[in-house]
Amino acid sequence: MSDVILQLDSISKKFDGKDILKDFNLELHRNEFVTLLGPSGCGKSTTLRIIGGFVKPDSGRVLFDGTDITNLPPEKRNVNTVFQKYSLFPHMTVAENIAFGLKLKKKSSKYIADKIDYALKLVNMEGYGGRNPESLSGGQQQRVAIARAIVNEPEILLLDEPLGALDLKLRHDMQRELIKIKKEVGITFLYVTHDQEEALMMSDRILVMNKGIIQQEGSSKSIYDEPQNAFVADFIGESNIIDGIMVKDLLVKIQGVDIPCVDTGFGTNTPVDVVIRPEDLEVVSKEEGFLKGTVTSVIFKGAYYEIKVLSDGYEWMIQSVNPAPVGEVVGLTVLPDNIQIMHKPASDDEEVVRDE
Amino acid sequence: MVRKLKKALSGIYVTLIGILLYAPILVLIILSFNDSRSRVTWGGFTLDWYARLFANSQIMDALWTTVLLALGSAVISVLIGVPGAIGIHAMSRRGYRAFMLLTNIPMLNADIVTGIALMLWFVHFLPLGFGSVLLAHITFNIPYVILSVMPRLQTMNISVYEATRDLGAGPVYSFFKVLLPQMAGGILSGFFMAFTMSMDDFVITYFTKGAGINTLSTMIYGQIRKGIKPELYALSTLIFIIVLIILTVFQFVSGRRERNKTYKERYNE
Amino acid sequence: MSECRLKKINRRSFLASPYALWIVGFTILPLIIIFKYALTDGAGAFTWDNLLSIFSDVHIKAFWFSIEIAAGCTIICILLAYPMVLAMKNLGLGRKGLSMFVIILPMWMNFILRILAWQMILSNNGILNFLLGKLGMGPVAIANTPAAIMVGVVYDYLPYMILPIFNAIMDIDEDLIEAARDLGAGGFTVFRRVIFPLSVPGLLSGIVMVFVPSMTSFVVSDILGGGKLQLIGNVIEQEFTVGYNWNVGSGLSVTLMIFVLISMMFTVKQKSEGKESVIW
Repeated sequence: MSDVILQLDSISKKFDGKDILKDFNLELHRNEFVTLLGPSGCGKSTTLRIIGGFVKPDSGRVLFDGTDITNLPPEKRNVNTVFQKYSLFPHMTVAENIAFGLKLKKKSSKYIADKIDYALKLVNMEGYGGRNPESLSGGQQQRVAIARAIVNEPEILLLDEPLGALDLKLRHDMQRELIKIKKEVGITFLYVTHDQEEALMMSDRILVMNKGIIQQEGSSKSIYDEPQNAFVADFIGESNIIDGIMVKDLLVKIQGVDIPCVDTGFGTNTPVDVVIRPEDLEVVSKEEGFLKGTVTSVIFKGAYYEIKVLSDGYEWMIQSVNPAPVGEVVGLTVLPDNIQIMHKPASDDEEVVRDE
Repeated sequence: MVRKLKKALSGIYVTLIGILLYAPILVLIILSFNDSRSRVTWGGFTLDWYARLFANSQIMDALWTTVLLALGSAVISVLIGVPGAIGIHAMSRRGYRAFMLLTNIPMLNADIVTGIALMLWFVHFLPLGFGSVLLAHITFNIPYVILSVMPRLQTMNISVYEATRDLGAGPVYSFFKVLLPQMAGGILSGFFMAFTMSMDDFVITYFTKGAGINTLSTMIYGQIRKGIKPELYALSTLIFIIVLIILTVFQFVSGRRERNKTYKERYNE
Repeated sequence: MSECRLKKINRRSFLASPYALWIVGFTILPLIIIFKYALTDGAGAFTWDNLLSIFSDVHIKAFWFSIEIAAGCTIICILLAYPMVLAMKNLGLGRKGLSMFVIILPMWMNFILRILAWQMILSNNGILNFLLGKLGMGPVAIANTPAAIMVGVVYDYLPYMILPIFNAIMDIDEDLIEAARDLGAGGFTVFRRVIFPLSVPGLLSGIVMVFVPSMTSFVVSDILGGGKLQLIGNVIEQEFTVGYNWNVGSGLSVTLMIFVLISMMFTVKQKSEGKESVIW
């Protein structure tokens, strides 16, 4: 038994003449929580729908456990989907919804009843079997939708922005619960979201997508700490992204100031993008800083202050536990370790998305 | 493969039903160009019936009566039905239920019963004629207006109206600026529904019209035994073509709007 | 709810008063009058005879024939409408698509003329037999038979069955169908377990809109039945236009109304509470 459960082999899909996916490759391993993360229109939902069997790719293959299932209709695939809008059958009770797939597989009624009990317990909905889906809250409906998918024992569970319609508090609860359910059932989860926080919190592996292309792939930590291009840096968390020139190894020029960094291999005098996370910048006296600027605003955000400093036409964002006086000229420093150097975008999909 | 077969079968079936729906219309259109008074023989092509149509004062009178009835009853139905719907919407649950039940009576009842009941009632105080037919048409049209407007009211955001009032606008101003635009679609479809139903009605008109007047329907019914005047084929062909053009234009405009709503919007891609 | 808001609401419900007057004047009073005629004889004395006259041989025969025609028409319309709607869906003809337009359009040609056209198509030396002859098939004699009436009513009321079912099925969220397929349902199972149950409100509207008029129509049977086959509508019409016995006519109308309302009540009751008719 190979560890790779699903493979997308150079999938392309156009819609209305526009590329949604271009030569897209993906491997899913057993018992892995993978997230496709990207803005709307990046192709993540289409990827999911191709795996589910609802969309046929223009070219490329879908391999399930080594078998080509590209032309297999959804009902014959051993994957199940949790839809964004829950999509519970309104004319059936919660229990009937959950039993839907099992009845089609002609399971015994004893088996079905046991499975319903198990699934309801798994999603914390014991006693709700007789209820009408429409009488449930959004969060409860989504739990039922998860239960309905999981009782079929799919090898991959596809989740299409399942928490998108829930409010923040409930979303956090559900995220924790999804991780718990994932541990309990031990199958592969492929999760689609545009919410970077959600992706960072839950996933074993994240694929950041834009315009049908994978921009970066890796663990939450590597994606956050080492974005490979401006798009990823901008999309994941908040960032200061500014033009710089790599003077030589270990030295980058930003706003006319040479600053030591840890990156090498960019050549000499190469234009680059420089990423500095707001929490990595430090406000110091104007004599001490690499850069100088005027504080334009200070907002208290609860755990920290968000300070904006205007320097040479660029507004830096800083997160700091100490406030700074508005209007004052201050200095900014950053540790070499916290400067991330990236190549200039080679194509438009690597660029920062303005105004999502 | 299966998909293609399914599509082909679907196409064939839709075509067959289409033939069923359009066969009689085709027959009527052909007859309107038939240079013979007989319905069974083809006497060559002619446009004569179209020319004679406009000289036939009897038919022109019936057409005028039909259109006037349809317009009049649709307008009055809107004027009574729209405030009626707003009023019913604001009622308690019980009031709402009672009114909706009463609204459904003319829709559920057989036309023949509605027609006879109205006729029996009208003869007590009103000479049968244009007035009685107009009253009858308004009676069966108001429910269509109310049933078209009510769903809009239910999905409408009344709090916007309240907000407008809160900001100091009077009820009349708020009604025209806030409520009416939101209901416009429902009112329009109610109006067209009423207009169509009135144009199309035969049974209720038949019982409430008295001897003096005719709509196109009652006129045609009266001619069944004697033989239909070919001018009427010409007239209905003209009406059909005019409606066809109007609907095509409408279709084109709304179809464009519809088509823009594609896969992209549904799946955010 | 605050008192002020309640006042505002009550003031708004006042807008329904012209309609309330209209209902009293033109819905309730006419019904009272027709009941009055139905329950009195020509001299104005109370009697049950008019209501009971439905049981006379001629009347009960026409009544039973009407039920047969209406039930047959309703069933045929259902059997034709579902494949039609599914085929339209298959072809991707959406809510405002061409097909809706194609179905509504014929309703704009005067229906009596359209029925007359069917008479020409179905008559013994009519178009249908002409075409059958070309194909080398024998003539069929359906003119002036119940079958001809059936063709007429099915033709006339089929759109009223297609439209509400079409609206109900198009209202089904595509995600539900995908969810069913995702859970392992093939095409027919999707229809049986998801599409059909969710289309029932539309089906019920369709039944109401087809059964009642096809049972009570008198024009179709007049034209296509050759004047010999009588539906209850023809009997009632003749009581008013030929026999001038308004009391018997009213009695039969009231019987018909009660039958229709009771049978449709069962149908409408099935519709879930609070949901508006899906016809419009």
